[in-house]
Formats: sequence, C-alpha cells, structure tokens
Amino acid sequence: MRMPALKLSPFWICAAVVVLVGVALTIFDVIAINKFIFFAGYVVLQYVVLATAWNIMGGYMGYVNFGTAGFFAVGAYASVVLYNLIEAPLALMIPFSGVVCGLLGLAMGYLTLRLRGVFFAIATLAMAIVLETLIINWDFVGGATGAYILRSREMAPFGDYIEFLFFVMLLLAIFAVAMARWLELSKTGRGFTAIREDEIAAECAGVPTLRLKLIATTVSGFLMGVAGAPFALYVGFIEPSSAFNLVYAVNAIAMPMIGGATTWLGPLIGALLLGTVQQVATVTISSELNLLIVGVVLVFFVIVAPEGIVGLLKKWLGGRRDDR
Amino acid sequence: MTADPLLDVRAVTKRFGGFTALDQISMEVRAGERFGLIGPNGSGKTTMINCISGTLANEGGEIVFKGVKLDGRKPHQRTRLGIARSFQIPKPFRSMTVLENLGVALEFASGSAPGQVRERGLAILETIGLADRADANAGALTQIDMRKLELARAMATQPELLISDEAMAGLSSTEVDDILDILFRLNEAGITIIMIEHIMRAVMRFSTRIVVLDAGQKIAEGTPDEIVNDPEVERAYLGE
Repeated sequence: MRMPALKLSPFWICAAVVVLVGVALTIFDVIAINKFIFFAGYVVLQYVVLATAWNIMGGYMGYVNFGTAGFFAVGAYASVVLYNLIEAPLALMIPFSGVVCGLLGLAMGYLTLRLRGVFFAIATLAMAIVLETLIINWDFVGGATGAYILRSREMAPFGDYIEFLFFVMLLLAIFAVAMARWLELSKTGRGFTAIREDEIAAECAGVPTLRLKLIATTVSGFLMGVAGAPFALYVGFIEPSSAFNLVYAVNAIAMPMIGGATTWLGPLIGALLLGTVQQVATVTISSELNLLIVGVVLVFFVIVAPEGIVGLLKKWLGGRRDDR
Repeated sequence: MTADPLLDVRAVTKRFGGFTALDQISMEVRAGERFGLIGPNGSGKTTMINCISGTLANEGGEIVFKGVKLDGRKPHQRTRLGIARSFQIPKPFRSMTVLENLGVALEFASGSAPGQVRERGLAILETIGLADRADANAGALTQIDMRKLELARAMATQPELLISDEAMAGLSSTEVDDILDILFRLNEAGITIIMIEHIMRAVMRFSTRIVVLDAGQKIAEGTPDEIVNDPEVERAYLGE
C-alpha cells in the first residue's frame, strides 16, 4: 500500500506551517499575546477534533451521533482514572483515553448499527445518558461531586501550562484532520459514501458495510476520546455535568453542517468559525449566548446553504463546469 | 445438462410473520443460461432475488452457487462470489458520478486498484452504452440511464450470474429493446442472466427457460412456448 501521508502535498505543507506558528507563539512568544487567547484557542481546537470525529460517521456515512458528549466525557474520565491510579502524564492519558473510547465506539457500533436514521441517533443519545449515570455513581473518579486534578503551573519549554495544552490540542487537531482526510481519500472513504447514499446497494456492490461502519465508529470514538483526554487538566476540576454537557454534542453536529459535512475541510472550517464566534461572544456578550448563536447560524445554513460553506464555495468555483 | 447447475435453489422457504412469501421453491439455473422468472405482482419474485443476493435470509431450504452454500453469507460476500443484481427501483449513489458508482463495485467487489478504475469503468460503460455520461452526476440521470447504471454497476462486480430485477419497468418500447440488446450482449459474453420482468414480450423473447411463481408457489417451468400454453399460468394471470 502506498502511504499518501508522506507525500509533500499542500495539505502537509499547511499543517507544517500551522505547527511552526504554534511553536513560535507558545515556546518563543514571538508576539506577546494575552494568555486568554490560548485558553480560548484550546476550546476552538478541541472542537476541531470533535467536529472532525463526528463527521467521520455523520458526514461521510450519514449516521448521526448524538452521543459526542458521552465519548468526550469518557475520554476525560479515562484520564482521571489513569491520574488517580498512577499519576500518569498527559502523554499516556491521550492514547489511553483514545483506546478506551475507540473500544466504546466499537461496542456502540455492534449494539446500535442495526438501527438507522432517527433510531440510531436516539440510541447514541441514550448511551451518553447511561454513561453519565455510571460516572455519577462511581466514587473513584469523584462521582457527582467531581474531582480535582492538580496540574503544574508551568511546563518547559512552553512557559504557562495552558500554552502547553494549547499546543498539544493543536497537534491533536492536525492529527484528527489528517486522519479524516486520509480515510476520506481512501477506498474505505468511498465505501463510507456508498453506505451514506444507499446501504443495500453498497452491500450488493461488494462493500462490507458492517465492517466499514465499525471502522467508522471506532475511529470516531477514538478521536473524541483523544479530544477529551486533556480536559481535566485544562479545567483543573472535572464533574459529570460539565464533561457530559450537551453543548459538545450539539456543536459537534452543527459545526460540520455549517462547514460542509462531506469533506474533511467542512468540520475544520465550521469548528474554527463557530468555535471562534462562540468564544468571542462569551467574552463580549454573555456565556449563555453560545447555544443561541449555534441555533440561529444552523437554521440559517440549513435554509441557505444545506451543503455548508464548502458546498457554497464549490458551487461558486465550479459553476461553469458542466452538470457536476 | 449433466454438469452441476451454476445456481441451485433447493426448497427455499421465506416467511414474513404468518405470510409465506416463498413456499419450498426449487429451481436450477445452468451456466450460460438466459433464465426468466415471472409471476403476478406479489408472487415472490423479488423475495426470491433477495434471498439469492442475501438481502433477505431464507428460513428453509438452501441456495448453492458454484457448489458453495450461500446460507449465512452476507450480500457482499455473495457479490464477490459472482452474483450481481440490479434493483427494481434504481439505487444509484447519487452524490457520485456514474464512473465513481462503478468505481465502488470495481474496488470492493473485483479488487481493482484505484488507478485501474477509470479504464475498466469506461470499458463497462461502453458495453452498456453509457460512456458519454461517465462523468455526469448519478442523481441527475434519466430513468433509462439509471437502469443502465444499475446494470453497469452490477457488471462492475465482474459477476458470473447477473440478476436483472425489472430493469425495463416503465420504459418505452424502444428503451425496452435497448436494455434487451444489452442483456443479450452480456449473455453472449458468457454471463448467466436471470431476468425478472412483467413485460411478457421481453421475457418470452429473451429467456431460454422460464419459471412461473404465483403466491409463493412454483406453478410452471419450461420453455417460453410451454409457458404460454400452460393453463395454470393462464389461470394465475387472468383468473378462472
């Protein structure tokens, strides 16, 4: 098999530039910026990972997952477990949370993928609630009262620990987008699209639909878990109602839909745009305004541009090409 | 007739709740044959196809293809064994181009590398007469072109047995001839074909052998001439 990931394509050049900018800002502090930018930027990048992960199932394959918050929280709590057990470093927490949530995704896939459409969506929502109830009743990770995680104030060579977390999330975001892009451009991705368009026709064209769906739930779950892994360190105090917040699920759906759900670029654009608007609104207007913004923007896009920003751009750029 | 049949359907039964859609149906399709499967609406034709292609599981009996028992195998495994089908109501992958539709089958069923897809896909579209629409959006095709795409995508799986489920329903008579020509050509190229059709003119002209289903029972089997003169068949279609 060829490894397209190693080719020096524009995608990887962009990714490298983004990393370099990240290094310049966090390690070398080339321009003095308010620490809050990193604090807010972390959340935006976290949404890039979540939206990208959601899109692998929801956008490529047409299976709407309402349980993003469940995966995210399990990722966060897996870190807490590891911290409580062995005071593991973040470098261990991330893969651990990823694997736990990947397995959770696989299990969810086995249990729910016979369901389609609305029924699948309801099952994922129910799963998130079941998981939240389990965590609330598990004292080892703090139960309903929550748990503190102590983080060091500083992290060499980044200076402030938040800057370090920001950089980590930047790498995770690039990893998630690269993963989604690689899947999308592979044979597997073409199988996903066939499943989205017509599952029975896909199966009869030789696509092993169950296997591909399990790949999607596993990868999607893995990435959501990875996004949640540093959460406890980021907030310092974790409790079920914040980790399982429905906002994660709503945003993870809204962002790809606004950006355009059929390509890797869509959730990236949607998350950067909507995530930033939310952060700005939180500071300038009110923290309660977030969901209202999501709602209004989503309604607007569903009516005006059902294929998202990427769809609009394609129509705009490719308008002169025949009937494609 | 001495050789084993390509497809051997042995006493297959399929029930939906208390309703028996197929009642111990047996039939044999030999390699290279043009086989017609007819019957009034609701007689179980499509159910039979679904059992053969694996989208439904039969409750009783067994289906053997090239000596391999199909029961328990998933549709995509049966496709890879060499059974392809078209759908009565076309199911194109709408967001893809015609060629990309074939690409899915080429990559997943017949193991083509991505680099071979265009060439092989175009060759198939050429035989089906859809090459000029190769880069058109599948969702934007006309009815006749969608039927052709169904056949083309089925062909892209490189089948030995092609099941055409009412590929001609609702088409004009010149379009029916068009599809018939395609099926004749595919058969000449060595592909065994099961045709399910309501258009008698087409089935009678096409088939070398016909099985008639009625209310889940096999009521007749024979050459087109025998079927036309069978009183049972007449009763099933026209009543007493």
